[in-house]
Amino acid sequence: MSVAPPLLAVEGLTKSYGGIHAVRGVSFSLRAGEILALIGPNGAGKSTCFDMLNGQNKPDSGHVRLLGEETTGKKPREIWRMGVGRTFQITATFATMTVRENVQVALISHGKQLFNLFGSAPNFDRSEAGRLLELVGMGGYADRPCGELAYGDLKRLELAVALANEPKLLLMDEPTAGMAPRERVDLMRLTAQIAREKSIGVLFTEHDMDVVFEHADRIIVLNRGTLIAEGSPAEVRSNPQVQAVYLGEGLLYEAGHREGAST
Amino acid sequence: MAFYVVQFLTGLASAASLFLVASGLSIIFGVTRIVNFAHGAFYMIGAYIAFTLTERLSGAFGFWGSIVLAALAVALIGVLVEMVLLRRIYHAPELFQLLATFGLTLMVEDLVVLVWGPDDLVGRRAPGFKGAIDFFGQNIPSYDLFLIVLGPVVLGILWLLFQRTRWGVLVRAATQDRDMVAALGVNQKWLFTSVFAVGVFLAALGGALQIPRDAVHHAMDLRIIVEVFVVVVIGGLGSIVGAFVAAVLVSELNAFGILIFPKISIILVFLVMAVVLIVRPWGLFGKPEAAARKTPGLTVNPWRPLTSNERLASLAALVIAATLPLFAGNYALTVGSEIAIFVIFAVSLHFLMSVGGLASFGHAAYFGLGAYGIAFLAKMAGLPMIVCLLLGPLLGCMGAAVFGFFAVQLSGVYFAMLTLAFAQIVWSIAFQWVSVTGGDNGILGVWPEKWAASPSHFYWLALGVAALVTIVLRVMVFSPFGYALRATRDSLLRTEAIGINAKRIQWTAFVIAGTTAGIGGALFAYLKGSVFPDNLGISLSVDALVMVLLGGVETVSGAVIGAIVYKALNIWLVSQTDLSKLVLGGFIVLIVVVFPKGIVGMLEMLAQRRRKSSPPGSPLLAKPIESAE
Repeated sequence: MSVAPPLLAVEGLTKSYGGIHAVRGVSFSLRAGEILALIGPNGAGKSTCFDMLNGQNKPDSGHVRLLGEETTGKKPREIWRMGVGRTFQITATFATMTVRENVQVALISHGKQLFNLFGSAPNFDRSEAGRLLELVGMGGYADRPCGELAYGDLKRLELAVALANEPKLLLMDEPTAGMAPRERVDLMRLTAQIAREKSIGVLFTEHDMDVVFEHADRIIVLNRGTLIAEGSPAEVRSNPQVQAVYLGEGLLYEAGHREGAST
Repeated sequence: MAFYVVQFLTGLASAASLFLVASGLSIIFGVTRIVNFAHGAFYMIGAYIAFTLTERLSGAFGFWGSIVLAALAVALIGVLVEMVLLRRIYHAPELFQLLATFGLTLMVEDLVVLVWGPDDLVGRRAPGFKGAIDFFGQNIPSYDLFLIVLGPVVLGILWLLFQRTRWGVLVRAATQDRDMVAALGVNQKWLFTSVFAVGVFLAALGGALQIPRDAVHHAMDLRIIVEVFVVVVIGGLGSIVGAFVAAVLVSELNAFGILIFPKISIILVFLVMAVVLIVRPWGLFGKPEAAARKTPGLTVNPWRPLTSNERLASLAALVIAATLPLFAGNYALTVGSEIAIFVIFAVSLHFLMSVGGLASFGHAAYFGLGAYGIAFLAKMAGLPMIVCLLLGPLLGCMGAAVFGFFAVQLSGVYFAMLTLAFAQIVWSIAFQWVSVTGGDNGILGVWPEKWAASPSHFYWLALGVAALVTIVLRVMVFSPFGYALRATRDSLLRTEAIGINAKRIQWTAFVIAGTTAGIGGALFAYLKGSVFPDNLGISLSVDALVMVLLGGVETVSGAVIGAIVYKALNIWLVSQTDLSKLVLGGFIVLIVVVFPKGIVGMLEMLAQRRRKSSPPGSPLLAKPIESAE
């Protein structure tokens, strides 16, 4: 009897730049409806890893499978069509369009109307655009130019755009970077709620440990390109290796150095 | 065999000047991020001043001294231009920088005629290099050998300058990250000025060194700038070694192309450029460009369709325009038809440039192709006018499909340079392939049929087509496709992440714009009764850019207003002065510096201020172009 493939299965993902191994043999999987946090110190390879999942970067070796289907070597736009939404660390939105139009463009793409030359875009799926904006709490901003939004609002808009193709998987690269503490908690609560309701798998990277430990079902930890820990928040929190990475090995080294000096 | 060797050496000698100019352009771009369109103009002034000086100063020292002195003098002019004009526009969108330096080029073209007259000037031979060397029965001018040596020597000097001096280190650092260099306390102003001076010096030296080989004339700027653009696109903008290799490559292709396709030698260069672009879009020695500065434009004003009142007003304006034949004479009607045709041309460029963010500097190519399409169909195939009008623009469509495919692989200034080069190639074909296109004599006798022959009937035809085209393109701006196109303009990263194939969208837009321009060209052929290579020349491309800019590049309806105002002004100006290029160039510079929003943009801003009445809303909406300091 075959077991249904997991939503996302990553196997032996590897990427190096010149002599530097940015990501080495990373494997993990993600179930539908699960919220998985990818953490690690700066330079651990999180962003490289992320870009490979989304198709922006090609792995040297390894596989990424979405519901059993290989996505390595596919372009970001093809992976999006397979049901993967993405938000960026630094927001990427259409600055000269209104908030509603930003969502409408994603809906137009999802509805395969990109080469419709004579339809009316301002009226394109207005209700769905409105619904998505309401969902992220941006309903009142629909007619505002995107270029004059506050950063936190742009992040919420990105979430609405990412949800436009009814994704099975959401990839969020530092979803709360650059936001006020209060906003961070709200945005992640919202994301978690949507993900559970619609059974969307969420993979996110994050530096804010409060956000990570409050919302992640499971955490994987990267350090220098390799996976060093995986487990529930409690397990990861008590993992000595993770503590060493986060508190810094330099401190341990210095302590040892002093001991050596005193003898 | 000896013949081919000589041909090869001639190619190498031509490469020297090309390399000097191209390296100057590359250095300036590397640091200031400005593609200096006026580089060809500096090359030309260098040649003219060197001509005058060599006539005055005698002897070997006089000649060589004059060459260097001329280059220094032009460098000084360059410094002035940089301080007075460029410093004001370093932070403007790149389109504005290209246009301002192009305006400068236009002004220089008229100024040199004013000072040196319109005739070709033949300069002196270089002392010590007057003779020729016999090579197996073929003559090689000894001056050519001098130039062949000079190219690598200049490359070496530049290399030393950049690797071994403090200034060179700063320039290389600024090329990588100029903001960081500024943050480290380097006086950016003087760094930029000195770099510009060096670049202009190289261009002028290239021009001055040409006088023993070629006559000096007032159109040499455009010829060299197109070749230089081709060189930097092939070699990679910002790379001096790339400029050298590509200059040699292009010169050799020209030298041997004449042997293979004597009529249309430029085809060979085009083919090589196309291959390079497919394999390495950033050039042989260039690096992939980091994401450009985020300057979607001057405002963040979202677009909206016309309200029903505005629609009624537009309709009323159209009806009034349609009554013109009731009271105007034939001359006014011909002018009216021409304006209507230029409205078509302007809105087609607007679609590509404002909606798609792709500023084409060679849009006239598709206008002209439409015109030639008509000439071929009507004169050679003898088809009826209606059929011609429907099929003629297809030539523009095909041209846009071929060139657009390559052009959309690039963006920003590369896109501008490439479209210009393509347009110039089409122009050369029309000019050189005399047996098909009639060359400079054009194709005459393309007259409309009886039903459209009278000025009033033709005016109604042109007006009707212009209104139709404007409406159709406007519908497209607010169609799902138009939204997707604007999305690709605003953020390529995001469009890709929501499943949009940006290149295909942009290519489609290019074809739509090219076809529409072809419709304008088709009507233009019937209006004038003839077709000439000028119908696809650079000055026409620039007319289109200025029309869009004058109306307001960030508005939806600016192109229409811009075309009407500009064309009317232009026709009036040409009847008033011989120095129309000088006035036009000055006008362009003026718009860019003090009036960057254009007519419709200004009106919109005023309307918005009045609506808000309280102090202007968002600072973003009212932000003028910042000056460099």
